[in-house]
Amino acid sequence: MVQKLESYRESPSQTAGPYVHIGCTPNFSGITGVYPEDLGTTMITGDVSGQRITIKGTVYDGAGTALRDALIEVWQADANSKFAGKGGDTGFTGWGRSAGDMATGEFTFETVKPGRVAWPDGRLQAPHVTFWIVARGINLGLHTRMYFADEAPANAEDPILTRLEHSQRIPTLLAQSEADGTYRFDIHLQGAQETIFFDI
Amino acid sequence: MTGFIPRDRRWHPPALTPDYKTSVKRSPSFAPLSFPTSLPEETGPMFRDDMLGPNDSDLIHNFAKAGESAVGPRIIVHGRVIDEFGRPVPNTLVEVWQANAGGRYRHKKESYLAPLDPNFGGCGRVVTDDHGYYEFRTIQPGPYPWPNTMNDWRPAHIHFSVFGHSFAQRLITQMYFEGDPLIWKCPIVDTIPTREGIESLVAALDMSRAIPMDSLAYKFDIVLRGRRQTHFENRPEGL
Ligand SMILES: [Fe+2]
Repeated sequence: MVQKLESYRESPSQTAGPYVHIGCTPNFSGITGVYPEDLGTTMITGDVSGQRITIKGTVYDGAGTALRDALIEVWQADANSKFAGKGGDTGFTGWGRSAGDMATGEFTFETVKPGRVAWPDGRLQAPHVTFWIVARGINLGLHTRMYFADEAPANAEDPILTRLEHSQRIPTLLAQSEADGTYRFDIHLQGAQETIFFDI
Repeated sequence: MTGFIPRDRRWHPPALTPDYKTSVKRSPSFAPLSFPTSLPEETGPMFRDDMLGPNDSDLIHNFAKAGESAVGPRIIVHGRVIDEFGRPVPNTLVEVWQANAGGRYRHKKESYLAPLDPNFGGCGRVVTDDHGYYEFRTIQPGPYPWPNTMNDWRPAHIHFSVFGHSFAQRLITQMYFEGDPLIWKCPIVDTIPTREGIESLVAALDMSRAIPMDSLAYKFDIVLRGRRQTHFENRPEGL
């Protein structure tokens, strides 16, 4: 016999199911009067530094169908590479949540372009936004990162992008800027364009 | 090395679980890429309890007309949010959602013939206290049928969304009720690989916390990933 370790197992994940919007964005799902507004609707709450951007995208399943029952959350540094609660811009929450458009499933985040954050060894990571996707049929929330296609020099020295085994899949992590300044980041759960998901 | 204990993916449900049909086309086929956590994963949004309304944690009343209340067995659900080291996770947001006592959700895509309860919305939220405890009041949800095979039923359950203090801890799961025979017949429950894992999501009837002539109580603890803390940093040679 040996001494018992004082450790616990993480609670197992279960799918968010088809009704995640009732719990996380009730106003969006038509349950009004309980919360004044849905959390995560507004990321910019005051004065912020840096470039204001809009991120739009759609989550597709392996058959190419857009998900309309997903919940997408983002978390990112501010333009000065600081996180909310850790010295970040007071007018910026760094966290957004979108139920997607009722008809198309397209998500939208009004945010700022993040600065570069240090990797544990001191190297700088390329600017990126962390994504977390849950939905019916997804058993464990999916983490990924959105990088910016127009940050090629930074991407070329990013500690994660530079060590990917399947470097031909890097474009699945790159948001493309469109004419109006919007960045488009579509997420493919499966198939030829399957997004790289992270085990973090 | 600091950072979070890696997630044990043999303990969680795998992405592809064909008996839960929707997972077939929504499961990534590549293995996820593992890398050590850094600041973006070790920080996360924080919420304060002064953001909450007075009825946010009372699902019996937070959607009900004045003087009325939701129909169903009244229950208190309480427990603690801790991490894998047993440390409490204070001041973290817990969001819940559930069907009404008849097993019906208030949702436009819901097709079950059980009736809506005009006094039940189905959402609630609470922030854990300084010791990681939370508590909310609701009605016991009913089981319900769902489209998968022609005769699949969900056991009574409450959905939970928990943030922790870091994006790496973000978790959505479900709470089941002690003694429910449907737990062992549900393809969604069955995505969890082990019986021990399933049982860790079953809340215990807690008569010590029941309120006589008012509410039964269930205890449901939630464990989030733990962050290593050590004086002995693992540094590459020469640094
Ligand atoms: Fe449910």
